[in-house]
Amino acid sequence: MRPVYMISGGITKFAKGEPRKSFRVMVKEAFDYAMRDCPRLTRERIDGSVLSYFSDHFTRQLMAGIMAADMCGLVPKPTIRVEGGGSTGGLCFQEAWRHIASGWMDCVVAMGFETMSHVNTWKGNEFIALASDTNFDYPVGGFYSGYYAMMVVRHMHEFGTTVEQMAQVSVKNHKNALHNKWAQHHYDLTVEDVRRSPMVAYPLTMLDICTMSDGAAVAILCSEEVAEKLCDNPVRVLGVGQGSDAMRMADRPHGNVILLKHEDASWYKNLKYPGVHSFRAGRMASKLAYEKSGIEDPREDIDFVELHDAYTSSEIQTYEDMGLCKYGDGGKFIEQGHPELTGRIPVNPSGGLIACGHPVGATGLMQAVFAFWQLQGAIAKHNDGDGFIQVKQKRGLGRRKMRGAIHSHAGTGTYVTVSILESTR
Amino acid sequence: MAKTIANKKSSKRAQASPAKAGGPKPKYDKVRLPESDEGAVVFCTDPLTVKSHYEIDYIHSYAEDSPFFRGLAEGKLCGSECTKCGYRFATPRAYCMECGAPTKWFDLPLNGRVHTWTTCYFGSEAFLKEAPFNLALIEFDGVNTLFLSRLIGATEKDIRVGMPVKAKFRRLAQFKPTDVYFVPAEKA
Repeated sequence: MRPVYMISGGITKFAKGEPRKSFRVMVKEAFDYAMRDCPRLTRERIDGSVLSYFSDHFTRQLMAGIMAADMCGLVPKPTIRVEGGGSTGGLCFQEAWRHIASGWMDCVVAMGFETMSHVNTWKGNEFIALASDTNFDYPVGGFYSGYYAMMVVRHMHEFGTTVEQMAQVSVKNHKNALHNKWAQHHYDLTVEDVRRSPMVAYPLTMLDICTMSDGAAVAILCSEEVAEKLCDNPVRVLGVGQGSDAMRMADRPHGNVILLKHEDASWYKNLKYPGVHSFRAGRMASKLAYEKSGIEDPREDIDFVELHDAYTSSEIQTYEDMGLCKYGDGGKFIEQGHPELTGRIPVNPSGGLIACGHPVGATGLMQAVFAFWQLQGAIAKHNDGDGFIQVKQKRGLGRRKMRGAIHSHAGTGTYVTVSILESTR
Repeated sequence: MAKTIANKKSSKRAQASPAKAGGPKPKYDKVRLPESDEGAVVFCTDPLTVKSHYEIDYIHSYAEDSPFFRGLAEGKLCGSECTKCGYRFATPRAYCMECGAPTKWFDLPLNGRVHTWTTCYFGSEAFLKEAPFNLALIEFDGVNTLFLSRLIGATEKDIRVGMPVKAKFRRLAQFKPTDVYFVPAEKA
């Protein structure tokens, strides 16, 4: 595998509904943004594309991928669609990475979108719930917020996690998004606001849960040679990892923790893992990504994380899967302020899915774009001069370059991707 | 611009035909799509947004899971036991996830405990009218995995992890996994 670099990215401003633009025009706008941000890159240099969108039901348009590719003028070059639930965007990024790492292509565009406003919210929830076993799970009351609620109820039972700790995640991410012009929501909230908002599935309230969105995002990856020629400030994709778990939560085993390098089996003597309280796929993806990237201890070796906070509870669970803290300490981790913008390891400086929105196929690529801008030191450039959410390099970093992790996650932890990006500055 | 040119051309053509008055009219003049009063449900005129209906009936086979659903109609809960490693799944599956060997059917106990739960106040469109409803993952003694079911006869205020529950079955089967549901064991 050869080194892979990201040389540009673009997104549309995510919105609850964007009826004036079809998905292909949204992709084209994100693509044009990325092309403008890397002026030396011409369309002729692009060898192909990878498209990501989650649900054919939302667009009611099969083969929508090719329509986005032709709108961007990327035919007759090779193109392919990838799909893996909520993790679709992250899988798209990694598929594009494989296109380059394998040597098959020298420059490839990863493009993702979702238009979720074409049905009402409850019908949308039905489409999403069809991504659960339609023999045994969906007909019982298929509702993803209900599934995640059950997972966190068990997390609360195992570890004493509190609803206030979950609410703190919502407060933090929304606060960060106040300084992100791309975010769908700009809310200045308190823990009380989150708890007082309507209960959706106990203990998750409306403000513990991301909303549905329309939007697109694009990431352009290339080889070292092309990156050197075309970009003054590329970002290296240091390593990627992916994991999976059984579709049915009910099938998940109750065994031993998959350990990261810095962990010790004695920490988890009495923990049955993953059960329904943890995401084994997230742990596997982290472990593989860290191994490929030479990361010994993510708490020291990563400077920020953009992770999949479709639910405040899943952000807390993901702190643990990614080894930012021990299993069971996720609630305390947010309570002690570690994932805040000024904390030990900022998590979701962009505002995450909860504030930025979650147009499924675009989300994992949105994370890549935000991480790319962070590592370029270019947040202010893309944010009307507001650099408030630009993460500072930590701990007298002389010994290494700045790194960020992006984490994309599909329904109840079935597919998870983790990719590590590193600045070249 | 393009539109204007096209209009001019067609108007020329329109003027041309009366010049041939008296000749036989071309047959295609009478060709018309039948009109209908179907119309459109319009939500918005700019951007033009219309209702687009989609509905489908599937011929859904429960295939290898069929015995489970037939079992519900007989008041039985069937799980899967691995023929090689003995792993016991509360939710049936044809092959063992641990070792890959085929499974055989076994009868689950009808008493279990709440492993985790929630009360849904909203839901997918299909279940919205049933809200609020409780979902619970049920654990059974001697079984390695869980079973998702509705829990009735208890509310958010009194459901607890570890609470003993008992299976009940619909008298008139619908051949859906909701033919079985659980109630608190004390109240059964």
